[in-house]
Amino acid sequence: MSQKTKIIEREEVVIRFSGDSGDGMQLTGTQFSDTSALFGNDVATFPDYPAEIRAPQGTVGGVSGFQLHFGHQEIYTPGDYADVLVAMNPAALKANLKWVKASGTIIVNEDSFTDKNLEKAGYESDPLLDDKLADYNLIKAKVTSLTRECLKDSGLDQKSILRCKNMFTLGMVYWMFDRPLDHSEDFIEKKFKKYPLVVDANKKVLKAGYNFAKTIEALPYNYSVAPAKIRKGTYRNITGNKATAWGLMAAAERANLELFCGSYPITPATEILQELAARKDLGVKTFQAEDEIAGICTAIGASFAGDFAVTTTSGPGLALKTEAAGLAVMTELPLVIVNVQRGGPSTGLPTKTEQSDLLQAIHGRSGECPMPVIAASTPSDCFHYAFEASRIALEHMTPVILLTDGFIANGAEPWRIPTMSELPEIVAPIAKEGDDFLPYAREEKRLSRRWAIPGTKGLEHRIGGLEKIDGVGTVSYVPENHQVMSDIRKKRVELVADNIPELKVKGKDDADVLVVGWGGTYGHLTTAVRELQKEEKSISLAHFNYIFPLPKNTAEVLGRYKKIIVCELNDGQFAEYLRSTFQDIKFEQHNKLMGLPFTVVELKERFNQLLEEK
Amino acid sequence: MADTVLNSPNIKKLSAKDFRSDQENRWCPGCGDHGILNSVQKAMADMDFKKEDYAVISGIGCSSRFPYYMDTYGFHTIHGRAAAIASGAKCANPDLEVIQVSGDGDALAIGGNHFIHAVRRNIDMTILLFNNEIYGLTKGQYSPTSNHGMVTKTSPFGTIEEPFKPSQLAMGAGSKFYARSLDTNIKLTTEIVKAASDHKGTSIVEVLQNCVIYNDGAHSIITDKATKEDYTVIIEHGKPMIFGKEKNKGLIMGGNGKLVVVTIGEHGITEEDVLVHDAHTEDPHMHWLLSSMMAPEYPVALGVIRDVDSTSYDEKMVQQIEDIKAISSIKSMDDLLNSGDTWVVD
Ligand SMILES: Cc1ncc(C[n+]2csc(CCOP(=O)(O)OP(=O)(O)O)c2C)c(N)n1
Ligand code: SF4
Ligand SMILES: [Mg+2]
Repeated sequence: MSQKTKIIEREEVVIRFSGDSGDGMQLTGTQFSDTSALFGNDVATFPDYPAEIRAPQGTVGGVSGFQLHFGHQEIYTPGDYADVLVAMNPAALKANLKWVKASGTIIVNEDSFTDKNLEKAGYESDPLLDDKLADYNLIKAKVTSLTRECLKDSGLDQKSILRCKNMFTLGMVYWMFDRPLDHSEDFIEKKFKKYPLVVDANKKVLKAGYNFAKTIEALPYNYSVAPAKIRKGTYRNITGNKATAWGLMAAAERANLELFCGSYPITPATEILQELAARKDLGVKTFQAEDEIAGICTAIGASFAGDFAVTTTSGPGLALKTEAAGLAVMTELPLVIVNVQRGGPSTGLPTKTEQSDLLQAIHGRSGECPMPVIAASTPSDCFHYAFEASRIALEHMTPVILLTDGFIANGAEPWRIPTMSELPEIVAPIAKEGDDFLPYAREEKRLSRRWAIPGTKGLEHRIGGLEKIDGVGTVSYVPENHQVMSDIRKKRVELVADNIPELKVKGKDDADVLVVGWGGTYGHLTTAVRELQKEEKSISLAHFNYIFPLPKNTAEVLGRYKKIIVCELNDGQFAEYLRSTFQDIKFEQHNKLMGLPFTVVELKERFNQLLEEK
Repeated sequence: MADTVLNSPNIKKLSAKDFRSDQENRWCPGCGDHGILNSVQKAMADMDFKKEDYAVISGIGCSSRFPYYMDTYGFHTIHGRAAAIASGAKCANPDLEVIQVSGDGDALAIGGNHFIHAVRRNIDMTILLFNNEIYGLTKGQYSPTSNHGMVTKTSPFGTIEEPFKPSQLAMGAGSKFYARSLDTNIKLTTEIVKAASDHKGTSIVEVLQNCVIYNDGAHSIITDKATKEDYTVIIEHGKPMIFGKEKNKGLIMGGNGKLVVVTIGEHGITEEDVLVHDAHTEDPHMHWLLSSMMAPEYPVALGVIRDVDSTSYDEKMVQQIEDIKAISSIKSMDDLLNSGDTWVVD
């Protein structure tokens, strides 16, 4: 395709596109990752938006970024540090320089380094002129003027012309990594099909960027990343939130029930509601409620009336739902509560990630109010765990909390598309007309009551939040009955352990150190542990998705290791939970509360330390 | 709509007794709730639904114990949230006949937000609002409908709050059906419950209810034999609004845009001059004036004050799903999973 000065084979590469919110960096990043996925690389991506929709232009607070990591091997994280940074303005450079690898490549839009922009970004002198960037491979490109020049006869107005400049950088990066342009060209044609002028302009600029990179001598080499060995199948890119929505829909289809979602918008969970709202064609009913309380309450009403009901939220919303969640426990109705965790407390860090709602999920309700809790660990496995949460809810007649987080919810990765027939059928214990029915009569294996759906002749009954007599279900304040019912509610959740897989360890049973994690830290923990294992270090990983109840073999697995370190993006909630459950086992901790995921580098450093301690 | 029982000749008509559950009734003797329960059971016996098609959903309060006494599907939920739970039940299964029961505290204090939004959305259900102007279950604290200055356990020196008028709140939220009744008037309540059920959309039925223990006589001016006929006007669509012991009082529109009580036969006023009630007009102005009348300046209006044709949320929801299903190429999860950008690895 092009003549290469020098080609360097790389196992994996991390690129970070950054610019002002209006610079189109999300689109640029998505295009590059789609092209790489189509090329056969494994990819993981993560968008990094400013919290404000219209943060002041040109400021560090207004920088929007998109990081992607692609490779010849399996990729588990969007990468810690970038090999290539694209910075469309000084603020983007300022905000992201610390994330560039030593001697990495930085592409800047030189035109944007004006005095005014430098000042807005808080630079006292122009970093392109002094030697601050001497250790990097700095590529200065006059992206704005080159785009203008290229489109001067396009017939477009200035504003539209400037909008094309992200395609110039995309073209440059395509050349650097030897990627074909055709996927993005197709994309441009589809996206702007009503505006032929815009199609031509974008394609022209994309090529111009590509040719520019080829022509200038500023690039001493270009990289090539061979396709990964990936399991056969049909693939697509998917974000965690979309996968969650689809997992819930898949469960409804496999349970042969209509899906109802009562929800109130909240970052970073909103996309789940939006995705479900778009699926009227599959009969999904979405109800944008007046608040989170109404979100869960409409879902409880829908569950009472026979739909498979879910509610979706983030931490502060989960707090609002707690009283109603108790009602769902008391009335033993199936319900999935999705909590996409973000930085807290209070409004906290809405667009940043954290795992600090764990104990809220396990314990945060009035009374003794046990409810299964499970957690997804990657963008694409949100589908599987949303399906699992639904399966447990429906088979056990209980509300279930599914925890994801902002990092996996917004992150994306290629996903091998399952066929629906691969997924298990879900059979909820629905009572039929003519059945011998009592509202709180239980089946033996799971101690679940049956679901008598209003409209079914002869099964009229009353349920509610007041304590009931087991079996007949009439209100009772008898002390012994409350003990019996409390014990049953506890036992019902314990019995879920019979219906979930055992915990698996990555690595040896007799390793010196066992790393323990849960939920969205999976990618970083796996990468860190694998890299250390490759260095012949004696370290294994046990990652949890089933939190409450824990897999049945948990005590046995943890008991095998002398040193255990629990890593989580909170102040040690899972560690605390494990300590109170397994009082004879000692747990070390590694915690972080910065609204950011772990880095593989910091994890390896900490694990090495532990491996060296006697 | 559910099939009607009457359509099948071999099913015998239900009676009020068929709706009585075997639960022991815990309301105080003399509580107005007993009368309302009777009225609702009578109305249900007269309506065309099967027993299993009713879902009676309440919050928390004395009044909210209602579902336990009904032999239908019932849900006694949590304080304030009944409107939201009932909304979800109706959307999940639009064939159900949903009746939501709440007290004045349940519907208008803790549940005020859900109440106005249920009305705004116009979900097809009947909200029975038992207004005793007090918190009964928690033993006598003032409520959002308690009169200004009322002395209760939490206002030993009198309240300093203005009360809500439920009708104004409902109409402010865009209500298409509002009716008012009295716990002691079984006949009127029965008729109103039937009309509310017939109406498509959210029907608000405010029932003035006496709490014999904590707010006895709150509505005495319109319940006492001596005064009630002069201080209530029972209005009906298409009929002149005439009232009074002598059936000689009526309502006319004054020059200042306010209603005026007149006596037929005095100052040249004849029956022709009295306003005729139009419950079906979309314009809520007159309904607002009628429902805001307070004794002793005015008679309190009872009956169906507002009943305007409308399409309910659940009807629109079902329609929208049907419309989109008809035009979308995605018919199953497999279709969705394979839609958009995909690639094959072999
Ligand atoms: C979350 C919550 N807050 C407070 C209460 C206590 N509470 C129960 S009923 C009630 C008020 C009842 O008044 P109303 O709704 O008017 O019903 P009534 O008893 O008068 O019929 C209160 C404050 C509760 N059960 N739950
Ligand atoms: S306290 Fe009042 S409202 Fe409650 S049951 Fe007794 S009389 Fe009725
Ligand atoms: Mg009350």
